[in-house]
Amino acid sequence: MAKKYELNEVEVWDGNMAAAQALRQAQVDVVAAYPITPSTPIVQNYSQFLADGYVDGDFIMVESEHSAMSGCVAASAAGARAATATSSQGFALMVEVLYQASGMRLPIVLTVVNRALAAPLNVNGDHSDMYLGRDAGWINLCSYNPQEAYDLTLMAFKIGEDLDVRLPVMVHQDGFLCSHTAQNVRPLQDEVATEFVGEYKPVNSMLDVSNPVTHGVQTEEDWHFEHKARQHNDLMNSKKVIKRVFEEFKDLTGREYDFVYKYKMDDADIAIFALGTTVESAQVAADKMREEGIKAGVVSLRVLRPFPFEEVQDAFSNIKAVAVMDRSAPGGTFGALFNEISAAMLAAGKSPIILNYIYGLGGRDTTIEHLVDIYRQLDECAKAGERKYPLQQFIGLRGPKLSFY
Amino acid sequence: MAKDIKDLGWNELIPGAALFSFTEPVEDVAEVPMDERPYAPTNSHEYSVGDWRVEKPVFNRDYCIDCQFCWVFCPDMSILSRDKKMIGVIYDHCKGCGICVEVCPTNPKSLLMFPEHMDNDEALSKWPSKEEKKK
Repeated sequence: MAKKYELNEVEVWDGNMAAAQALRQAQVDVVAAYPITPSTPIVQNYSQFLADGYVDGDFIMVESEHSAMSGCVAASAAGARAATATSSQGFALMVEVLYQASGMRLPIVLTVVNRALAAPLNVNGDHSDMYLGRDAGWINLCSYNPQEAYDLTLMAFKIGEDLDVRLPVMVHQDGFLCSHTAQNVRPLQDEVATEFVGEYKPVNSMLDVSNPVTHGVQTEEDWHFEHKARQHNDLMNSKKVIKRVFEEFKDLTGREYDFVYKYKMDDADIAIFALGTTVESAQVAADKMREEGIKAGVVSLRVLRPFPFEEVQDAFSNIKAVAVMDRSAPGGTFGALFNEISAAMLAAGKSPIILNYIYGLGGRDTTIEHLVDIYRQLDECAKAGERKYPLQQFIGLRGPKLSFY
Repeated sequence: MAKDIKDLGWNELIPGAALFSFTEPVEDVAEVPMDERPYAPTNSHEYSVGDWRVEKPVFNRDYCIDCQFCWVFCPDMSILSRDKKMIGVIYDHCKGCGICVEVCPTNPKSLLMFPEHMDNDEALSKWPSKEEKKK
């Protein structure tokens, strides 16, 4: 029986400690992990909890992230609650197995500390790894600070393990700006958190020897399409369970989560759309704009997948100009979020001016001034009723202004 | 299963493509002979891979000492044996790897590889005789 961990009402945790504490309270059976900056402290802290008797479970040290996720897949198929953490290159090495986990419908929880992808090698934060795993069939939850990293990691188990979902869940947080920034976090006491997450319910467990089952089968043109269709259907429908778990969490803690995060959007004319820690900076910038009488707001996704199409349409229904910020090298097109939000607005029959900003790659600082500059561009477009700037601009970049279209 | 598995729609398949070996749980499965197990239609037992073979092992009862080496070593459980008595090769699952022939200890061997198209009776008529020990 695991020991109870003494927790204060308010703890000072960075995002990594917050995620590690959530894994501990979820009483994960198997963590198979390989260290990589900046997510290492999540599994390092977890292994310390295990060694000190605060978790009943197994920690498997493996030789790569590919093996880390493979270990989680095996443990999960065998009927265990499994989780791990990674970043960047490690995430990239995991990608093959990420698709296996979702295709095999194993509710593994992966805490991702977002970091740039090489080359050039870089340990700092951007969303390249998050974007790389976008189509892997996982539920993706996004946090902006340590408190949310803690809350969402606890909720991730409850969402993914629901019998109507049975899909793996990623919880994202920004490398360093969240993972290594200590802030006040209000944790749940162990017994409350563990009860909220609930007992793990194995489905089609391999350890039932009287009823042997094969996981990870081969299907060709005869069945593969049907299985992928079912997977997509269940991922799309997981919104019902996500909504329910958000509500249950609110009842327990008073902390409110929704598919789309909105700040001062009720009367906003212009809005910045971003993910991660930038969401908090953008709120400061929005307040500055409002001091000048410019009605600025902020929108973000709490749930990247399943993409909250209708909620995004609602969020921007009365907006005149939107800046969609993508923190990942767009690789020859627009940022992915720009494309998705543009498609949502087109389908809603709305045509706000939508500009795409590429920012913060490799941990480049995005300041309040950058965000104020973006609001000023939006304000100019909104007042003129037409687009005054290129569709895609790079911000915070040295050298000549880089923009396209 | 009422419907043929080939006709199942996306909403009828087991999520994650988990495939059960049997249509119902079997207690103490090691004690239940292969042909009495309730194999599910999705089990590889129901799937013939015999046409992957170029050469086939042919079994000759006359020389077999029922040592069970072939049964132990066959990687595809394609050797049929009952009560430690060798019965023959399951051609639906044998892929013709020849391991059974390799491990057969009798002289002459009780299992030998022959071309796939050759009739088994013809193969038995061509069986070599005992090889004399070389001095």
